[in-house]
Amino acid sequence: MAHATTELSNEMNAAGNAPEGWTPKILALVCNWCTYAGLDQAGTSRMQRPANIRVLRVMCSGRLEPTMVLEAFRRGADGVIVSGCHLGDCHYTSGNYKMERRMALLKVLLKQLGIHSNRFIQTYISASEGAEATEIFSHFINGIRALGPSPLNKEWSK
Amino acid sequence: MDHGSRNRTIGEPEFELLIMAKKKNKEVEQEVPAPEVAPATEPAKKSIQSDTDNPKIGFYICDCGINIAGVLDNDALKDFAATLPNVTVSRRYKFMCSTVGQQFIQDDIKNGLVDHVVVAACSPRMHEPTFRRALDGVGLNKFLFEQANIREHCSWVNMNTPTEAMEVAKDHIRMLIAKVARNKELEVSRVKVDKNCLIIGGGVAGMNTALDLANGGYGVTLVEKEATIGGHMAQLDKTFPTMDCSACILTPRMADVGRHPNIKLMTNAEVESVEGYVGNFDVTIRQKATFVDNDKCTGCGACADHCPAWAGNEFDLGMQYRKAIYIPFPQAVPTKYVIDGKKCVKCGVCARPDVCEPLAINLNDTDKFVKKRFGTIVISTGYKPFDPTPLLQYGYGKYENVITGLQMERLLSSFGPCLGKPLRPSDLKAPHSIVFVQCVGSRSDREVSHPYCSRVCCMYALKQARQYKEKHPDANITIFYMDIRAFGKGYEEFYEICARQYGINFVRGRLAEITKGTEPGSLFVRGEDTLMQQVIEMETDMVVLSVGLEPQADVKEICAKLSVQQAGDGFFLEAHPKLRPVDTLTDGIFIAGVAAGPKDIPDAVSQAKGAASSAAVLMSQGEVEIEPYYSIVDPAKCSRCKSCLEQCPFGAIIFNDVLNLTSINPAKCKGCGTCAAACPCGAITQNHFTNDQIYGEIEVVLPMTQGGKVE
Repeated sequence: MAHATTELSNEMNAAGNAPEGWTPKILALVCNWCTYAGLDQAGTSRMQRPANIRVLRVMCSGRLEPTMVLEAFRRGADGVIVSGCHLGDCHYTSGNYKMERRMALLKVLLKQLGIHSNRFIQTYISASEGAEATEIFSHFINGIRALGPSPLNKEWSK
Repeated sequence: MDHGSRNRTIGEPEFELLIMAKKKNKEVEQEVPAPEVAPATEPAKKSIQSDTDNPKIGFYICDCGINIAGVLDNDALKDFAATLPNVTVSRRYKFMCSTVGQQFIQDDIKNGLVDHVVVAACSPRMHEPTFRRALDGVGLNKFLFEQANIREHCSWVNMNTPTEAMEVAKDHIRMLIAKVARNKELEVSRVKVDKNCLIIGGGVAGMNTALDLANGGYGVTLVEKEATIGGHMAQLDKTFPTMDCSACILTPRMADVGRHPNIKLMTNAEVESVEGYVGNFDVTIRQKATFVDNDKCTGCGACADHCPAWAGNEFDLGMQYRKAIYIPFPQAVPTKYVIDGKKCVKCGVCARPDVCEPLAINLNDTDKFVKKRFGTIVISTGYKPFDPTPLLQYGYGKYENVITGLQMERLLSSFGPCLGKPLRPSDLKAPHSIVFVQCVGSRSDREVSHPYCSRVCCMYALKQARQYKEKHPDANITIFYMDIRAFGKGYEEFYEICARQYGINFVRGRLAEITKGTEPGSLFVRGEDTLMQQVIEMETDMVVLSVGLEPQADVKEICAKLSVQQAGDGFFLEAHPKLRPVDTLTDGIFIAGVAAGPKDIPDAVSQAKGAASSAAVLMSQGEVEIEPYYSIVDPAKCSRCKSCLEQCPFGAIIFNDVLNLTSINPAKCKGCGTCAAACPCGAITQNHFTNDQIYGEIEVVLPMTQGGKVE
């Protein structure tokens, strides 16, 4: 459990110690057909969530590379969300399976890099799941609030 | 759209523009019927040159009434955007999607102020096509447009925190301005669509698709693997709920298909391989050896009279005999004899000139291959009835008098083995009591059964029970059911009549087991009446298992050949279960009938007509647009590892061994970009979603220089 210790030591100082004026900056990398549409549905239904999510749209979550997540963290993102269609529902039949495999490996890597596992989620949100999206995103944001700024966030971390 | 609230926006320069534009439009409307905005479908001939290295970005922010401006400070956002790199024009308007709003963009483009456009408004899923048309209308490449979503993803979900919402909106604007600066002009390519359609499977669905398309003037090739068209419907005696004679309504249509000048009927044939893409499918069809020359065979039947070899007739599910040279049933289309190679004893009697006068028999016949190009393909391969043998509790295959619903259908048929007077198989006596068992192979996760409802079994069991009661009013008929699903037009009424007028007994519960009865040939059934909460045990003369419908055995094989997908239930997968039920995810390939999932005849026919219409739409256009989001391989960077080949679910990536080159066929590529993400060399680029564009967005949203602490 060596990596868990690193993770803890890196994040311990920040946890529960959010500086005044800081608000998490979270990048959501999502597919066009399901998750983006699900977030649209959340909007149309006026489901409120904390204003921390920046949405980057690609056609399919299969387009997402682990390096995009790493780049976001390197540049100081406090959290990253990767989301596609539910398994079996991919508009391109199987892009989400490929994304899932890549992200499973990335999760291990992030731990080893000392980035808290609560800073990254890989999820599936369909075009009709605005409520689920709101719940997942809000929960994720609250988790990051508890952690404080990312250790790579140059502006806020000490 | 609100054009009437003049008082509210007086004094704003945009308002003046609005008034002018409105006046102008009004005048135009009165004098010339055509509006000044170029029609969306016809791009202007003169194209506007855009300098993609030094983009001039026009930024337009939409108030959307109060939907956006009620939460966000749009003037501040307008000023903010003006400070971003390459932005030359920054404007705000109440409704950008209105004709007037689009006019701002078009005027700026025409005046040379702008050659890239970002609109901050609603979701691009809503109005991206609108604004792209506006660009297209003045001759600017429509892919030099991006839409920043500050409504669904910002003002509507962050209503209570306007200060934070402003930051989100700024970031969304930053991202899309950074992206559009990296957008390249892309061309929508067009491919010709061949006006021939291939239909795989000649059941009632395939026949209806074929007739509709052929009547519409398109060429149709109907490939059927059996010796006749007609499918399972030809085996049915009567159809619920109208009690129409199935053959009487089907055989005239079969004859129509057989003699239609636009339909080429290929029976005993299967699709061997499919190459190409929408509009241009190059298909190889295997014409299996039938040992009879269809051009010469007159269907007289003298060969069958002389043939010494016997076999079970598949059409009657083995309950009748046929010869080794045969037609499946008298009304078969085409009425051409075929030789069953496995049963033929090669005596050569049928080939004798005194037997077959036209000399149609060729005992040295071999499989032939026919190549043809098709614009569209319709899959209507139907189903196979569930085989209940593995469900040992029902004793199918063990007890002769346990039969399936389709066997009962043949027994009831006036041209079936009993000539319409059903007899039980063991002693050829008319049964006095019959038990029907519903949901055999359906609505169960256990063993080999399927979780779905097969949708026809309730109704066919009711119909068969009623038919038997009509012939034997004193017979005792019990239906063991889970739920009676009589959902179609006239079905509930039919159920009511069966239950009340014909005195059929209904027991709610799944049958537990069928064992040998006390009388010879009789059966002992045990089950539970879940409504009475008691065990039911009874002796009966015959049991009919209402078997469900299951996918054909070759669905997977066809999926692989055609690059279409199989759903979890084993049938073909539709592009969208609600809105695109006859499309597959492969352009130009459609599905009809039970191939897409269990359904009754009216539904199968409706779907067949839907598939015909969808195919006709493509073929009548003559051309199809291909979205330019496809990926491109840079051969200089490609290491030939071929890892992209297995990433692509559409078979769009081809590795040419001779040229040692990987290439992507734009017509087959759907533009998901999975290969681009997987390429270890970075040799694959997805148009419109390049690494440069995506990392460019990440770069501006997370600038790293926040607070000036960059090292």
